[in-house]
Amino acid sequence: MSGLLDVRDLRVTYATGGGGIPAVRGVNLSLDRGDTLGVAGESGSGKSTVALALLRLLPSTARVTGDVLLEGENVLEMKWGRLRAVRWVGASVVFQGAMHSLNPVKRIGDQVAEPLLLHRTVKPDRVGARVTELLEQVGLPASRAQDHPHRLSGGQRQRVMIAMALACEPRLIIADEATTALDVMIQAQILALLRGLVEETGIGMLMISHDLSVLAATCDRVAVMYAGRIVEEGPARDVVHRPAHPYASALSAAFPKIGDPASRLAPRGLPGDPPDPADPPSGCVFRPRCAVAESVCATVDPPLWPVHSGADGHADRHAACVHVGPGSPSKESESVDPTGETSTEETSR
Amino acid sequence: MSAPTEPTPGTAVSPRALARKRRAEALGRFARDYARNRAGLFGLASLLTIGVLALTAPLFVDQAHLTITGAPGDGHQPPSAEFPLGTDNFGRSILDLIIWGARVSLTVGLLATFVSVTLGTLAGITAGHFGSSGGVGGRVVSSVIMRVTDWFLVLPTLVLAVALAAVLPRGTGTIVLAIGLTVWPPTARLVRAQTLAVEARPYVERARALGGGHAHVMGWHVLPNVMPVVLAQTTLLVATSIIAESTLAFLGMGDPTTISWGGILQAARTSGAISAGIWWYIVPPGLAIAVVALSFTLCGRAVESVINPRLRGGAG
Amino acid sequence: MTTTPIEADGPDGAGAGELPAPAPPGGGHRARRVITYVFGRLMTAVVSLFAVIVAGFFLFRILPGDPVRAMTEGREVTAEQRAELRRQFGLDQPLWRQFLDYAEGLLHLDLGVSFQYREPVVDLILERLGPTILLAGTGTVIAALLGLFLGSRAGWNPGGRGDRVNTAVALFFWSVPTFWLGLLLIVLLASGRGFMPGLFPTGGMVDPGLTGPLERALSTAQHMVLPVTTMVAVVYAQYLMIMRSSLMDEKGADYLTTARAKGLRDVLVRRRHAVPNALLPTVTLIFLNLGQVVSGVILVETVFSWPGLGQLFYSGLEVPDLGLVQGLFVVFAASVILMNLLADLVYPLLDPRVRP
Repeated sequence: MSGLLDVRDLRVTYATGGGGIPAVRGVNLSLDRGDTLGVAGESGSGKSTVALALLRLLPSTARVTGDVLLEGENVLEMKWGRLRAVRWVGASVVFQGAMHSLNPVKRIGDQVAEPLLLHRTVKPDRVGARVTELLEQVGLPASRAQDHPHRLSGGQRQRVMIAMALACEPRLIIADEATTALDVMIQAQILALLRGLVEETGIGMLMISHDLSVLAATCDRVAVMYAGRIVEEGPARDVVHRPAHPYASALSAAFPKIGDPASRLAPRGLPGDPPDPADPPSGCVFRPRCAVAESVCATVDPPLWPVHSGADGHADRHAACVHVGPGSPSKESESVDPTGETSTEETSR
Repeated sequence: MSAPTEPTPGTAVSPRALARKRRAEALGRFARDYARNRAGLFGLASLLTIGVLALTAPLFVDQAHLTITGAPGDGHQPPSAEFPLGTDNFGRSILDLIIWGARVSLTVGLLATFVSVTLGTLAGITAGHFGSSGGVGGRVVSSVIMRVTDWFLVLPTLVLAVALAAVLPRGTGTIVLAIGLTVWPPTARLVRAQTLAVEARPYVERARALGGGHAHVMGWHVLPNVMPVVLAQTTLLVATSIIAESTLAFLGMGDPTTISWGGILQAARTSGAISAGIWWYIVPPGLAIAVVALSFTLCGRAVESVINPRLRGGAG
Repeated sequence: MTTTPIEADGPDGAGAGELPAPAPPGGGHRARRVITYVFGRLMTAVVSLFAVIVAGFFLFRILPGDPVRAMTEGREVTAEQRAELRRQFGLDQPLWRQFLDYAEGLLHLDLGVSFQYREPVVDLILERLGPTILLAGTGTVIAALLGLFLGSRAGWNPGGRGDRVNTAVALFFWSVPTFWLGLLLIVLLASGRGFMPGLFPTGGMVDPGLTGPLERALSTAQHMVLPVTTMVAVVYAQYLMIMRSSLMDEKGADYLTTARAKGLRDVLVRRRHAVPNALLPTVTLIFLNLGQVVSGVILVETVFSWPGLGQLFYSGLEVPDLGLVQGLFVVFAASVILMNLLADLVYPLLDPRVRP
């Protein structure tokens, strides 16, 4: 059952002076060709760490465990040479290009051409033509190739990032906050562009954003992350409109319309701050901010349960909350934990 | 920010005692952080040793032996049991000369640093303070000061210092002045940047809003916060000043009646020790300069990395 | 003599702040912006030059009290001779008159007359300019290449073994007085005493008696080895430290993650992406530190009797020949200001972000 991307029990821990600080704590994701999967969460939820971990782009202080299967091949176990060959060809990344993801002193054309030359995607004499083709594909005139990044607007730079990501015709594109810094109009254009690309080329896309409404507009499925774990996962429409996890409902309530940068750090109506990853609360990590928390939540760290939503009983959706678990919330003794996550109490001291 | 929680039974703790305690704690923290820097400890130890040697020199160096007429040995004797570092062309013990020379070299280095740090801090705080809160007139003052600083920064320092030393009456004071007046610009730039950062803090704005005058804000709020940076800069500057002193002495600008490390090297050169290959006349003074300058630099970098942990990239 | 503490001044303190702000996309009156920028830089340089001229006058005519007495100190001179000297140097005129004469002379490139050589200072300087440029140019280029190369290695992996060794060596050379290093090299490699044969000449530029151009060139090269080595050893350390800290600042940049994600190997990420960006603030600082090169040249030429401006300066100090020293003071300061002007004008060509 090897799809395009299969992430199993991904864990990332940052080494510090004392012990490790867990940033990602057991994440499972899977994605097929032609599909779009969204990952949502606040800043610090670990979603960008997941994105960087997929191509092993994290700094050397990060310890990554689990499996990242890209077309059946485990990225985390690849040799360096193989990894470099897979980067950008197997999977490429659209970073938040409006900021600093383009090299400020190199021409746009050279930056787009770089992976083409590196991976020998096209013959050297065809590189120029291919760059023109790519820029036109994202709606930029070929003359822009001669410019440096600072002469472009934020939206144009984002288009360049996309053109660059398409250069080697990768099977998977990871879009990490690809539209975050853009204003609403431009954001809608870029989203339409990305959607069109997935439809035309049949590539898979992993889209990461703090903005649930952006994901709802683009993705087939959505996973919501909180404090390094997935708390709800399912079809985009269901997760956004009928969220099962209290955090997902807070997040979805926070974004009535596309692109509201004010809500970036803390979703509206959600009191408190995300937990300190070095010292998480006991039981369910969302408990301190949860409006419907009960006493049982302090002791049970719930795994992802199937959400019984449809009449046919087919569970297409999962959420990690005692309120969706089988039976009553009072069932507190043995929590079967499919992610292998032991109670967080041990790390709290 | 852990508040000290040891209430003395019965008596209330006075604010002053609390402040003193907090200061002592901060100092302790500084010492602990500093002690973690091995290079910094090495520098400190070597400076202490050299400082003690220089201070106690009159106890074990016979000053009569340092005069040309009272030289105890023959000229250009290689190192021996009697003269561990050999003798100079007049027959004086080079070891004695080096130990005695430390007094002048260190004194000049420290005094020149004092002059330049005072100048640089004054210029930096003034420029920073009036640049951020002095209105139009203040901005003019500030930009004039910075223009002058930049001008001095670009000029070849040695040429300027030598020119000053050449036209002023010869003497140790002139050397101190020549160095002090030429090496201050980097300090001024650094202090200005730090002042701007401090002035942007809320409590300084509050002090201004409450009617605190320029002198109050600069002396009471900015200066204490700038001091850590100045301390690190001072330590680094001593190294610069000591090298500058030896350079001026080597170029013949020094006071010929005193013994300094640069002066010994100049004497070695004019007496033909270089082409004669009298290495024991050349190596020790330069090594002494290098060791002291390196020690000050190591201390300065250690202080810097304690103050500003971002710099702690590769500090041992 | 090194005076700017390494690492003390970040790129923001290096005058980079005065460069024009990034141009908005599409930019309009480009030609006018270029002219404004160039004009502004020129004016700054002119003001600095004027300040140098005033400083030269102040330093050598006013500060010494009586320049003639300062020059003839320790010599037997009659009162008539003093008066004659005074007349010769125009010191019997009122101060403002003296300043005008001096400034007017400078406009005609007349730097006065050397008391010691009895020749116009300009002629003396022109005679010795070539050797100094040869020595300083070679030394600076080698030091810059070496410093930038090692600095980019050290800054890419701070705290690693290469970084620690490089930094330690650089700190050592930074702490050593230039002239002493030169003396040591002479004793070790040129004096022919002790266990080492005299591999290199102790001083000078060409062996006397050589006539063929090739012979002379080879001899000059041989004479250059030790002075250039001394200059490089003392100057490269600064470049290393500047490049190192500038690269460390660049290390966390997002575009480097992009480069890595593209599949570039680490060496290429450094060479193609990180170093070109880190070089920009470094270049500014290098030009800002050119004054140190002048200081180095004076000491190295003095130690190795290299027949250039530095040695001329030293010979002027010994007398003291204030006319000569004053002329050289103006020339040294002016050359540094001109080099900085050049750097300001060239910098926008290197950095697309600040192109006017």
